[in-house]
Amino acid sequence: MSQEELLVLIYKKDERAFTHLYDMYSKSLFSVINVLIKNREEAEDVLQEVFVKIWKNIDSYNEGKGRFYTWILNIARNTSIDKLRSKNFNNSQKNLSSDNFVHLLDDSNKLTNKIDTIGIQEFVKKLKPKCIEIIDLLFFKGYTQQEASEELAIPLGTIKTQNRNCINDLRNYLKI
Amino acid sequence: METQEYIDSGILELYVYGLLTETENLEVAEMAKKHPVIEQEILSIEKAIVALSSSFSPFHSVANFEKIKEKLELKHGKVVEMKPASNWSQYVGWAAAVLMLLGLGYQTLELTKTREVIATVGNEKNKIQRDFAYLDQQNKETEKSLTIVRDIKNTGVTLGGQAVSPTSFAKVYWNKDTKTTYIDAKGLPEPPKGMVYQVWALKLSPVLTPTSIGLLSNFESNDQKIFAVSQTDSAEAFGITLEPAGGSLTPTMEQLYTLGKV
Repeated sequence: MSQEELLVLIYKKDERAFTHLYDMYSKSLFSVINVLIKNREEAEDVLQEVFVKIWKNIDSYNEGKGRFYTWILNIARNTSIDKLRSKNFNNSQKNLSSDNFVHLLDDSNKLTNKIDTIGIQEFVKKLKPKCIEIIDLLFFKGYTQQEASEELAIPLGTIKTQNRNCINDLRNYLKI
Repeated sequence: METQEYIDSGILELYVYGLLTETENLEVAEMAKKHPVIEQEILSIEKAIVALSSSFSPFHSVANFEKIKEKLELKHGKVVEMKPASNWSQYVGWAAAVLMLLGLGYQTLELTKTREVIATVGNEKNKIQRDFAYLDQQNKETEKSLTIVRDIKNTGVTLGGQAVSPTSFAKVYWNKDTKTTYIDAKGLPEPPKGMVYQVWALKLSPVLTPTSIGLLSNFESNDQKIFAVSQTDSAEAFGITLEPAGGSLTPTMEQLYTLGKV
């Protein structure tokens, strides 16, 4: 199902649309939430909160301003960060950067799909360490190019193109 | 190529990540609308990053999904509840259509009525025009009659009723200069069918000599009952008799209606 087809169903507030929405994006958003929030139970609470927000605020989504996926990704990131702030984490910024998304694999026996996991472990071995860092900061943690450039000590002007090269590696591997 | 440069810049990845400013977002969305290649590239990037992130998702329980649905009150046949709403709107649609048809019918009826009124008014106007023309004609004839009666040069002769019809009378207006003669026959009854009044100029001496000076033809249709007849210069009296249609050579004295001396 494409974004457009899904949106038609969502606008009708059809229960089936919610099931599709959840099937298509809950895993992606849950991994983002888990990178930001280390506690599994709290992450599940945030995931609930995120889907409630998506469903209730669907009318404020504007197709002219970006992808639907980008919109819900931002909701997931912002809700997670709000949660961290409310918990009064003094050193949240350090917390965010200490672990990257690959650490989610350490908990491999709890991953959703073991076949996928084996495939992704293979991939992670091939992916350049720099790419893991860049994708982790830009995509999972929502860092600006400026912040990522400072964190990784790479020139600001090359962040965009380096990220693109990493995504191209990923696409070649996934044949997308 | 311009679009390829745009794609290679890496801005589309940041667009999907949600890291661009509002202005940059609008610009990319605009470019994607214009160039299908860019649109396709965005879809591929999104697919790749959704696949990557989904692969790293830790296990989360089905119970969580149910909890969300409960919070959104999606569990108990929300779909069924919505059906009456859609039916309702359907009825509204039909009702609107019926109302519109009724409205159209009413409008057509009103239009027909209006057209009838216009036709009636048109007919009345025509009738009034005809009446006016008739009255105008009448007026002209009356004026003509008055001119004759008022003409100072005319000699008026009153003809009194005779044995056959004592209540009858007539008047003769006789202009000795122009030798024109008019008969005012208003005081005569309508002649029976097939009969006509004939006017005679009479000489009394040495012998009574009648000379026909004309017929009062088309008596009924002459509203003014003023008739022009032939000239005469030596009449001493005038008489009007009722004669068979076409007139007679000599007057039928038994049918003498009016008679008067000059």
